[in-house]
Amino acid sequence: MKANCWYGAGDVRVEQVPDPTILNRRDAILKVTSTAICGSDLHLYNGLMPTMKAGDILGHEFMGEVVEVGSEVTNLRVGDRVVTAFPIACGRCLPCRQELFSLCENSNPNAWMAEKLLGHSPSGIFGYSHMLGGFAGGQAEYARVPFADVGTIKIPSDIPDEQVLFLSDIFPTGYMAAENCQIQSGDTIAVWGCGPVGQFAIRSAFLLGAERVIAIDRFPDRLQMARDGGADTMNYEEEEVYDRLMEMTGGRGPDACIDAVGMEAHGPGVLAAYDRMKQAVMLESDRPYALRQAIMSCKNGGTVSIIGVYSGFIDKFPIGSIMNRSLTIKTGQAHVQRYMAPLLERIQRGEIDPSVIITHRMRLHEAPQAFAKFNRKEDHCMKIVLTP
Amino acid sequence: MERQDAGGTTTLEHPTASDDRTGSAINSKPGFRSRSPQRDHSDDASHERLAQTLGWFSIGLGMAELFAPRTVARLAGLPHDHRWLLGASGLREITMGLGILSERRPAGWMWSRVGGDALDLALLATALSSAQGNRKRTAAAMLAVAGIAAVDCFASRHLSRMVGWTSDDGAVLIKKTIMIDSSPEALYLFWRDFQNLSRFTEHVESVTIYDRHHSHWTVKGPAGYRVEWNAEITDDEPNRKIAWRTTSQADIHHTGSVEFTPSPGGRGTLVRVVMEYNVPAGVLGASIAKLFGSEPGQQVQSDLRRLKQIIEVGEVLKSDGSLHGKGILQQRPAQPAGSHT
Repeated sequence: MKANCWYGAGDVRVEQVPDPTILNRRDAILKVTSTAICGSDLHLYNGLMPTMKAGDILGHEFMGEVVEVGSEVTNLRVGDRVVTAFPIACGRCLPCRQELFSLCENSNPNAWMAEKLLGHSPSGIFGYSHMLGGFAGGQAEYARVPFADVGTIKIPSDIPDEQVLFLSDIFPTGYMAAENCQIQSGDTIAVWGCGPVGQFAIRSAFLLGAERVIAIDRFPDRLQMARDGGADTMNYEEEEVYDRLMEMTGGRGPDACIDAVGMEAHGPGVLAAYDRMKQAVMLESDRPYALRQAIMSCKNGGTVSIIGVYSGFIDKFPIGSIMNRSLTIKTGQAHVQRYMAPLLERIQRGEIDPSVIITHRMRLHEAPQAFAKFNRKEDHCMKIVLTP
Repeated sequence: MERQDAGGTTTLEHPTASDDRTGSAINSKPGFRSRSPQRDHSDDASHERLAQTLGWFSIGLGMAELFAPRTVARLAGLPHDHRWLLGASGLREITMGLGILSERRPAGWMWSRVGGDALDLALLATALSSAQGNRKRTAAAMLAVAGIAAVDCFASRHLSRMVGWTSDDGAVLIKKTIMIDSSPEALYLFWRDFQNLSRFTEHVESVTIYDRHHSHWTVKGPAGYRVEWNAEITDDEPNRKIAWRTTSQADIHHTGSVEFTPSPGGRGTLVRVVMEYNVPAGVLGASIAKLFGSEPGQQVQSDLRRLKQIIEVGEVLKSDGSLHGKGILQQRPAQPAGSHT
C-alpha cells in the first residue's frame, strides 16, 4: 500500500510499504477513506519530537471502512464505516475506566522511553513517535487499529466523511479544552491560537454556555473564521494582547484562557526571540510564549486550559502568578473515546458543522506538498484532508 | 551539589512518609530494605571522599591534556600526532570530573571513569606498537593508568553498593513494582505456574517444571547468548509471596522474589519484584545497557508491564515499531512489517 512516511525534518515521502496485518486479537484493519494532517504533525515535520525513526508512517486523524477484525472484536463487522480515536486505549485499566483514555496504562509498548522524558507514560498514539508506542499512522491506504472495539465509533452511512473525520482528534480536543474551562453562564473565554483546535475550542465554548469568546491569532483568515464562529478577535501583531484583554474585561481578565498554540508559539519581542533561540540550540524543547501570556492574563481564580501540544521543558514559567492568584491549570491529550458519541450526536443535530475548517482537499500521494503548504500556512491553509 | 542534595533529601524523607501511611509491614519484609543493616556506614564517607579526589584528578588531567597536549604527549611518550586525541580525551576527563563533583554518590560517573581508563589504555597500547614515540615512557604511563583504573574500579564498586545498584556481595540488585487490576490470589496463581514466565518476560524462553519446588529455566542472556539454570523455590506463601533461587551449578547466580499486596482502596494489587544476579560485565555492563533501554532493571519493569497487559487485557499489545524489542536500537520503523515477520 501507499503511506506517508517521515524521514527527517521537512522530509516526508509517500512510499510503497507492506499492508498492515492483524497483530492482536482486538485489532481491526481499516481501508482509509479520509485522513487529515494535524497541526501537531507539524511538530514531527519540524523535527521537534524525539524518538522518531526514518520510515515511520504519520497520521493520527483518519477514518475508513473495516476490512478485517481480530477474533475479540465483537462490536465491529467488515464493511462498517468508522472514525478512529487518536489515543490508543485498552478500555479496561483504571485510567480507561475513569474515562482518561489518553492515559491508558496498557497501550504503549515503549512506555519506558516516555517515562524517561515525562516521568510516566501516557497512552500510545498513532503515528506519533516511538516514545508513544511506535504505531504506524493513518496517512496511508490501510491502517491497523489496536483495541478497535474501544477506539472507533461507527458512522451512519448518510453522514459524509468531512462531517465526522475530525471526531478522531481536533473536535474532541477543542471541546475538551473548553470543557476544562468549567464554563459558567456569563463567562468570557480567551483562546490563543485560531488554528483548527482553536476554532473547535471557540465553537465548543459557545456550545457549553460561554457569553463571549475572544480569539487571538495573527493570520487574518484564521481570525475571520473565528469571527464566523461568533468570537471577538485580536491580532497580536497589531494589539498589545494583555492590555486589550484587560480593557475588554474591566481589568479583571478572562474567566478562563485556552492555549491552543503549544510548543511552537510565535510572538513579538525579546522573550519570543529568546525562546526561539533556546529551542534552536536544544536548551528548551518548547516555546511557551502564548502560554505565559495566557497565564498572566487570566483572571484571579480562573482556569488556564492547555490543549496545544508541549513535549518537554520550558523556561520562565510564571509559577508565581499561578500560585498567588489561585489559578487552575487543566490540560491533557484529549480523551477522545469519551467524546466521540456525544459529539457525533451534536453533529447529527446540526449544532456544529466541523467541515467548515477544511481549506484544502488533496490526494494521499500529494502529502509532501501538503505538509510543506500547511507548515508555511500558504494559501490560507487551515486544514488539509487527504484521500487515498 | 545542590541538585543532588535536594534529591538526597527526598529519598530520605520518602520512607518515613510511607511508613506513616502503610505501617512498617512492607518495609520490614526481608529483601525490601534499601540498605543492609550489616554494612559499615562509616566507610561511606571515605568512599565519597575518594570519589571527590578522583573527580579533581580528572579535571586536572583534563586541563593538562586540553591546554598542554605537547607536554602530556612527551611525558607519556606519545607521538605528536596524538595531540587531537589528547584534546578530546581532555574534554572527556573534564566532563567526568565535573559529573563526579556534582553528585554526592556519583556511581554512574565513576563507572564512566573506568570506561575512560580502558580507552586510555587502548590508546597507549596502540602508541606502544607504533614506531614513533618513546616506548619506555608509554609503558610507564600504561602502568600509571592501570593503577588509577584499579582505584576507579574500587571506588565505583563501593559507590554502586551505596546507591543500591548492587547488593552487599556485588550482585546487581533490581527492585521493581507495578499496580495490576486483579486480586493477589489470581496473580499468585498465575506467577506460581512458572511456565507463564515465558509469556510476559522478554528473556525467559521456557521453563520446565520438575516438581512443586524445582524447575529448569532457559533464559536469553545479554548479547544474544543463552543461559540455563535449575531453580528451586525457597519461600512459598500462597497469595502473598514466592521466592526462588538458582541451585549451585547454575552459570549465573540468581535469586528472586515476588510479593502481592492488596492496594488501598481496592485499586488492584501491588506486585513487587526483587532480583539479584551477577551479569557478565557487572554494573558497568548494566550502566552501558541502561543507555539503550536493555538494562536489567528496565527489562524487569517492561516485563511487569507485559504481565499487567496479560492480566488486564488478555495479551501483550504489539506495535510495528517495537516488534523486534523495546530498546532504542531495536526499534524498526513504525510501518507494517509485511509477511516476513
